[in-house]
Amino acid sequence: MQKFSALSLARKALGGHLGWTPQWRSVEPKPAYDIVIVGGGGHGLGTAYYLAKQHGLRNIAVIERGWLAGGNTARNTTIIRSNYLFNESSSYYEHSLKLWETLSQELNYNVMFSQRGCLMVAHTVHDVQVFKRHVHANRLNGIDNEWLSAEEAKAFCPPLNISPNIRYPVLGASLQRRAGTARHDAVAWGFARAASDMGVDIIENCEVTGILRGPGGEVRGVETTRGTIRAGKVGVSAAGHSSVVLGMAGVRLPLQSNPLQALVSEPVKPAFPTIVMSNTIHAYISQSDKGEMVIGAGTDSYVSYTQRGGLHIPAHTLEAICELFPMFRRLRMLRSWGGITDNTPDRSPITAKTPVPGLYVNCGWGTGGFKATPGAANLFAWTIAKNEPHPINAPFTIERFRDGVMIDEAAAAAVAH
Amino acid sequence: MLLIRCPYCGERSEIEFANGGEAHIARPADPMSQTDEEWAQYLYMRDNPKGLIAERWRHAHGCNRFFNALRDTRTDRFVMTYEMGRPRPEIDAATLAEAAR
Ligand SMILES: Cc1cc2nc3c(=O)[nH]c(=O)nc-3n(C[C@H](O)[C@H](O)[C@H](O)COP(=O)(O)OP(=O)(O)OC[C@H]3O[C@@H](n4cnc5c(N)ncnc54)[C@H](O)[C@@H]3O)c2cc1C
Repeated sequence: MQKFSALSLARKALGGHLGWTPQWRSVEPKPAYDIVIVGGGGHGLGTAYYLAKQHGLRNIAVIERGWLAGGNTARNTTIIRSNYLFNESSSYYEHSLKLWETLSQELNYNVMFSQRGCLMVAHTVHDVQVFKRHVHANRLNGIDNEWLSAEEAKAFCPPLNISPNIRYPVLGASLQRRAGTARHDAVAWGFARAASDMGVDIIENCEVTGILRGPGGEVRGVETTRGTIRAGKVGVSAAGHSSVVLGMAGVRLPLQSNPLQALVSEPVKPAFPTIVMSNTIHAYISQSDKGEMVIGAGTDSYVSYTQRGGLHIPAHTLEAICELFPMFRRLRMLRSWGGITDNTPDRSPITAKTPVPGLYVNCGWGTGGFKATPGAANLFAWTIAKNEPHPINAPFTIERFRDGVMIDEAAAAAVAH
Repeated sequence: MLLIRCPYCGERSEIEFANGGEAHIARPADPMSQTDEEWAQYLYMRDNPKGLIAERWRHAHGCNRFFNALRDTRTDRFVMTYEMGRPRPEIDAATLAEAAR
């Protein structure tokens, strides 16, 4: 693997940037591996990386039906934060946030993690109470979060409209300063490059179409569009397609796949210093390093695998954005798109063993799993390697729906990102 | 935006409707005899199909009645909508292929 540094950049610049080599190996699938990971998004690639790095397992393939990280990893608004209410969730997301803080160094790859803070604005008495409860719960767990008055929120984010005369006036906000954004592709590419360097095979344009089982029901490998690949363990990280892949082994999941849309504006000069989220009027916005305003809309209500949704959903979000930030009223939107999110009833993920021996699943991240990319990958790798969950992801099972121990962030936040 | 045919009112735009999730999920006839696993299946586990789905819609800003629909989740094309209480209709191969197109 060629190391990236200021020096290597300067050297290659002198050579007209002609000397760069591919960042990961392009390979034909082998007939068998110890472990096959289904899904080459950030979660799947990261899982392979940590399996190799922390558990010393090298005979691994990541199998992706399309191109690398073209799913939700490529489609999200990259908000990273850990200010979730319940102990189970905040420790999972905080585990991930801590990994983000050193990820560029760890991977020798600039993931452009920018801790610009996340302001969650409150518009009703209920919001104020709920957010203050979040602030207190987070601080008791050692996670930074603070309460700001409307004036303090405006001082932190000057474009914010705190006029008392708008439909849903801003009454205050919670601020997690360590929250931020990152470059979506870079995290996938960084994991792919580092994993490939340790011997992991990354196989693109290869769709898993079946799961092979042994006489005792245990996993024996996968059937793919490029032939049979045998494996002792299979880990599925297929986001919106999790139900489809697990269905191949007869496992039903508590998931519904819904389109979630986002859009970006034309690029403008730096004008927006932080991330602002409003759960109540449903808007979230930040500015990318290219200058585009990155805006996330709500989920479409129905099951779909089309990666598109109705125009009324982003229109609704833009109304909220225009009211909160009147200076953006004449900004033109350049592109909009959708991704298929896998939503659980309690809006918390599943990172767990399945009833099928040798089959593991990391899913249910729905509308908010980009922030969890290194954390989920790290704990999913642990679960696969040791055949038992790490204490942090132990509560995030499929069985919690049978046993009634939901982690109800849906009720805590009303929306999840 | 989807164009949805309410069986009672005719074709209206999606903003008049609320989606009600997968259809034909019957509440257990004898709740007391159900195991926790059976309750979990009824309450939370879903087919979430990539392909033909039978789903419920409510014409919330119209007649406010529930009805069912068959739709292909790969294309979002509706095959048909039908009244509550009717069993899931059988669909012929040609219609299925058309919906997947
Ligand atoms: C519009 C939008 C905005 C979002 N905003 C945020 C945000 O601000 N913050 C946040 O934290 N999260 C956000 N999310 C959620 C986040 O994008 C996801 O939770 C996260 O990226 C999931 O990562 P993944 O690697 O599991 O999924 P993906 O990147 O989708 O990877 C799954 C991969 O599996 C592959 N696959 C599926 N089936 C098969 C098969 N049969 N065989 C082989 N491969 C298969 C797919 O092609 C895909 O590449 C957003 C999502 C969307 C759509």
